[in-house]
Amino acid sequence: MAEFSMPSLGADMEAGTLVEWLVKPGDWVKRGDIVAVVETQKGAIEIEVYQPGQIEKLLVDLHSTVPVGTALALIRTEGEAKVPAAAAPPPAAPTPPTAPAPFTVAMPPPAPPVAPTHPLAAPGVAARIAASPAARRLAEQRGVDLSAISGSGPGGAITSTDVERHLAATPAPAEKKRALWLDPAAMRAAIAAAMARSKREIPHYYLEHQIDVTPCERWLADKNAMLPPDDRLLIGALALKAVALALRRFPAFNGFYRDNKFEPSKAVHVGVAIAIRGGGLAAPALHETDQLPLDDLMSGLRDLVQRTRAGRIRSSEMSDPTITVSSLGERGVEVLYGIIYPPQVAIVGFGKVVTRPWVVDGAIGPRSVVTMTLAGDHRVTDGHAGALFLAEIGKLLQEPEKL
Amino acid sequence: MSETKLQRIVQEELNNIAPEVDLATVDPAADLREAIDIDSMDFLNLVTALHHRTGIEIPEIDYPKLITLSGMVAYLEARLKSAKTL
Repeated sequence: MAEFSMPSLGADMEAGTLVEWLVKPGDWVKRGDIVAVVETQKGAIEIEVYQPGQIEKLLVDLHSTVPVGTALALIRTEGEAKVPAAAAPPPAAPTPPTAPAPFTVAMPPPAPPVAPTHPLAAPGVAARIAASPAARRLAEQRGVDLSAISGSGPGGAITSTDVERHLAATPAPAEKKRALWLDPAAMRAAIAAAMARSKREIPHYYLEHQIDVTPCERWLADKNAMLPPDDRLLIGALALKAVALALRRFPAFNGFYRDNKFEPSKAVHVGVAIAIRGGGLAAPALHETDQLPLDDLMSGLRDLVQRTRAGRIRSSEMSDPTITVSSLGERGVEVLYGIIYPPQVAIVGFGKVVTRPWVVDGAIGPRSVVTMTLAGDHRVTDGHAGALFLAEIGKLLQEPEKL
Repeated sequence: MSETKLQRIVQEELNNIAPEVDLATVDPAADLREAIDIDSMDFLNLVTALHHRTGIEIPEIDYPKLITLSGMVAYLEARLKSAKTL
């Protein structure tokens, strides 16, 4: 039996509030499935599970706040998964279990007696929810999703009173869409805590480097001219890919500083700084950034930005970034001096693209220029390595077709 | 598609990106990127949505014509008309 616990979603997180269970006992989960929603200072985070298996028991009630590391649920791992009794009645019998013991839920039909496989392939086909016939009828009439209700009946079965309480508590139109939970004051406090810790603990050094991004702009204009809007690329995608590729050659900027030592990360998960409308900031990971072809990187980026702004970040995206990239895009200022997000050891900044006189092949002409910056952690690297790292990013951006 | 419908689509899609903005208070000639704080990703999402809802091709080279509210509506109207006469 494995425990699924409240994850740490950043150096500054101490506790989280469970606001939604997306699974129930009996459900099969696989690695990466979203099983719960937790409210943190950074907003509502979708919590993924890492242990495949069958949910045995939920240990934490909705709306309880528990410290990081607290067990939230028990998961029966694949090897010890229980096989439903061969003679189990078909799941058409909706009688609520009478025993108060951990309630068993019939598996999706038809489970062979000694099934060597389990229905991992169809996680959407959830096990039947324990509910009284009256509750079921009422839920059907009012269009209520039973999986959204926690039952108070025997063995956690849902009663009609539970459904009524749910109806009373839920404003009708807000049913489908989870309320956006972004408290600007809490987010500000979280940013302040992380940045104060960074300034207290990390001996930053700063470098800046101007590069000509005209090749990127020309290449993008050519490519995007042939594409519908859905498939068009932004220069920010090129920048992320260039940073990710450069990190393969400069692994000392990719990883975490923990317990007085640097732990380089084999995987490159670039955290993308995303501004929240009305103030605030989050920098979730774009996983395996260096492995993604540009088209996939772009669609991943669009999805990440959209979910972050809608308050739907996943737990691994909060905890995995191995470096951060902050881009000011086409507005704002030319240079950005980043503050490292602990326990990371570097942050790369891109200012806005500006047209400047530039010497190309001995002649001065107007070119599109960007100022890149690096804030590095002196406990891990020096300015010399940082300079080579920034130069490598600049070099990669001269040949966008190879990114 | 009528002009008022086109206007409504533009307003709805802008509000999807900037829900807190009252578009009635936005100067139709102002640069939307500054007036309602939209970045290049927002703008790309806006163009994508307008393309899906109107069927109009909006090549990247035309983006500068779309940076104001009035320019955006005028551009889409013109493109619709030219599509009809073809």
